[in-house]
Amino acid sequence: MAVSDDEAFIDVDKVEKVFDVRRRAGFLRRELRRVRAVDSLSFRVARGEMVGYIGPNGAGKSTTIKMLTGILTPSGGRLRVAGIDPSRERTRLAHRIGVVFGQRTTLWWDLPLIDSYRLMHRMYRIPDARYRENLDRLVHLLDLGALLDVPVRQLSLGQRMRGDVVAALLHDPEVLYLDEPTIGLDVISKARVREFLREVNAERGTTVLLTTHDLQDIERLCSRVMVIDRGRLMYDGPLAGLHEVGESERTLVVDLERELPPIEAEPARVVRVEGPRQWLAFPAGESAAALVARIAARYPLVDLSVREPDIESVIARMLHAPGDAAGLPQDRSEGVGS
Amino acid sequence: MAERGAVVEGVRAYRLIAVMWVRSSMTYRTSFAVTLLGNLMVTGLDFVGILLMFSQVDSLGGWSLYEVAFLYGLSATSFGLSDLALGSLEGLGGRMRDGSFDVLMVRPAPVLAQVGADRFALRRLGRITQGLVVLCWALVSVDVEWTAAKALLVPVMVISGAAIFCAVFVAGAAFQILAQDAAEVQNAFTYGGTTLLQYPPTVFGKDLVRGVTFMLPLAFVNWVPAAHVLGRPYPVGLPGWAAFASPAVALVCCASAGLAWRAGLRSYRSTGS
Amino acid sequence: MGSGRLYAAVAAGGFRRYATYRLATAAGVFTNTVFGVILVYTYLALWDEKPHLGGYDQAQAVTYVWLGQCLYATLAIQGGGAERDLMERIGTGEIAVDLYRPADLQLWWLAADLGRALFQLVGRGVVPFLFGALFFPMAVPAGTAPWAAFAVTLLLAAVVSFAIRYLAALSVFWLMDGRGVNQVLMITGIFFSGMVLPLNAFPGTFGEIVRVLPWAAQVQMPADVLMGETGALRAFAFQAGWAAVLLLAGRLLQAAATRRVVVQGG
Repeated sequence: MAVSDDEAFIDVDKVEKVFDVRRRAGFLRRELRRVRAVDSLSFRVARGEMVGYIGPNGAGKSTTIKMLTGILTPSGGRLRVAGIDPSRERTRLAHRIGVVFGQRTTLWWDLPLIDSYRLMHRMYRIPDARYRENLDRLVHLLDLGALLDVPVRQLSLGQRMRGDVVAALLHDPEVLYLDEPTIGLDVISKARVREFLREVNAERGTTVLLTTHDLQDIERLCSRVMVIDRGRLMYDGPLAGLHEVGESERTLVVDLERELPPIEAEPARVVRVEGPRQWLAFPAGESAAALVARIAARYPLVDLSVREPDIESVIARMLHAPGDAAGLPQDRSEGVGS
Repeated sequence: MAERGAVVEGVRAYRLIAVMWVRSSMTYRTSFAVTLLGNLMVTGLDFVGILLMFSQVDSLGGWSLYEVAFLYGLSATSFGLSDLALGSLEGLGGRMRDGSFDVLMVRPAPVLAQVGADRFALRRLGRITQGLVVLCWALVSVDVEWTAAKALLVPVMVISGAAIFCAVFVAGAAFQILAQDAAEVQNAFTYGGTTLLQYPPTVFGKDLVRGVTFMLPLAFVNWVPAAHVLGRPYPVGLPGWAAFASPAVALVCCASAGLAWRAGLRSYRSTGS
Repeated sequence: MGSGRLYAAVAAGGFRRYATYRLATAAGVFTNTVFGVILVYTYLALWDEKPHLGGYDQAQAVTYVWLGQCLYATLAIQGGGAERDLMERIGTGEIAVDLYRPADLQLWWLAADLGRALFQLVGRGVVPFLFGALFFPMAVPAGTAPWAAFAVTLLLAAVVSFAIRYLAALSVFWLMDGRGVNQVLMITGIFFSGMVLPLNAFPGTFGEIVRVLPWAAQVQMPADVLMGETGALRAFAFQAGWAAVLLLAGRLLQAAATRRVVVQGG
């Protein structure tokens, strides 16, 4: 049965990437080692989906993205993006995808922001009317209007990131790859970028694949998350399910009126007490509101905050969850290329 | 057909990016002026060295000052043109180390054109200017019975020479993909090549001359055609038409370099390093 | 004693930093060798035309070429040693931190640069020189005395070379941009050190002038000492004299620069 193009807009089928890594093993001796950065990876992303792609450093995330964008050729398996084989038709694909590298700007450092966009206009051969319309819309959405004539080097990190996002979308890409799009940004910029991405996804039906270390990026944006570790897909499903599998916990920090013995509030348990402040861990799947209501009813509450588990700990828990351990690939070398 | 399309696309992308770099450099006008002047002086010193030598002797390897100046002008101008066009390829290793090479790979334009136009710098006009000045001086001073063919050979040499040096830059870039830290090897063939060609072939050992004639055919930048123009025998035996072979040699060089670049890029895409 | 160990550690750091780039070093060896071959042939032609130019015979001229290639990176003839790092630190303002370090700024950078020079000599300089000795007739002395004198003159050359580049680097305190300075360093370094032509082959009054400039301490002096063309003590005096003058100038400029940093509030 053939799957429709929209169902499998990004189609990754048993894709492998093997690197030969030469490592120094003595004064002049070099050791040749074969490293599987991506190992029999299969997944499909439907048109218009927004997927989080996470995993520890060196798990194979960037290698996957590089194969999807046509930078790297897979060593095995079959890979299609919008029906195109990325490594064979790199430039044709380039017109249909947008890429934002979180820590590397593609904007022209010494020139006004608008100049970088004019270059995109011509390099991607965007029709004039379309370019003007997209530019107006994107600049308005990301509130960059006042900054168009400012040299990029004078922009703040958050402004530059927004500028990069605009640059990646001017040619109406059908797929947008984002590599750590909110890294290093302040809270307001993060919120703005996320809100924007949701709108682009909703309005234009742009398929979005994002790698991140920020669990909130995933929480706010992605209905689906894929976890990769040591080149293998370890989880593919909704974020909530990830918490379940990993039994991850959120932390509720409560400030009480005075010092009290540890609070009792099932299923939460106190993990730390410091004067009138207490830290309670509770399963991430549990509703925080209900828990807070129960505590407020019994204890003199002054202030509270909920802390999300960080992505590393969620993944770590998931990977070491009992019962799953048998599924872990054995006997592989460490330090897999990123 | 596809090849031609890629070349046209490449030239277009090159122009777009080069313009951006020129405009970037113009935001620091003083720095631009200083580096342009510096470029002019650094390259000028090469020729001052030759003048110093000729302050002590009347000929070098049997060639007079004007004849050597002729070689020098041709070599410096050709190399200057290729340096202006593709000198930035020297920085490819750095681009690969810091990861910005990948940014170029996701753009809808040939990568070679993008890397070639990277940091395009008009200050490199310094070398061309200096080479042209020496070349003009040599042309009016040198003792040659000019014919139409000989006169035509001069611009043909400059352009073919530039193309041959461009091929060397591209081949060097392909090599850098394999050995990113070894960018300096490229200097041996680019800067080393232009230095070599500034002196008469008679100065060098037969094997070296054979090597740069038949293996790495730098000799066709100026030595072989210039020997014809000046009416001097070329130190290793070549047929008479060889003097006019530079464009063909340049074409072969560029095609080989293109293949090398492709192989290098393929290797990068399969190894990621 | 304690501070001696500090500077030794700094020098060792400078050595190791460059030692990590093995492939780059190998590439440099190759390039220096290629340039050496090209220059040797042109010098042979020149000396063929005019034997005993500058008091050298052909073997000596060849030796001079390979010594020049050997010392090209060692003495950072075209720049690119510790002064680049120093310029960068001045440019970014990090230099303010260095000023509060309980070490002498000039000695610190001198130590780092000497460490670098030692690596470049061993890693990059020796092989082209041996290559030259293997394939071309050279005038290399027998016995330990000339080589011992050569070692001393080399150390002094490294100090003079550093002192010149240190002065240039400090100018960035006022110029704010190192690009122009680096180009001046490159031009003067290549030309006045005698990389284009041995200084003793420069004609007339011009030759007499370039032979007393500080750059003459870099390649010309070590070459002449090694080949017995000049008295070792005379060479030492010439080099040490310039080293003292330039280092002193460096200290004065450094003091002025420090005042400037302090006034600006670092």
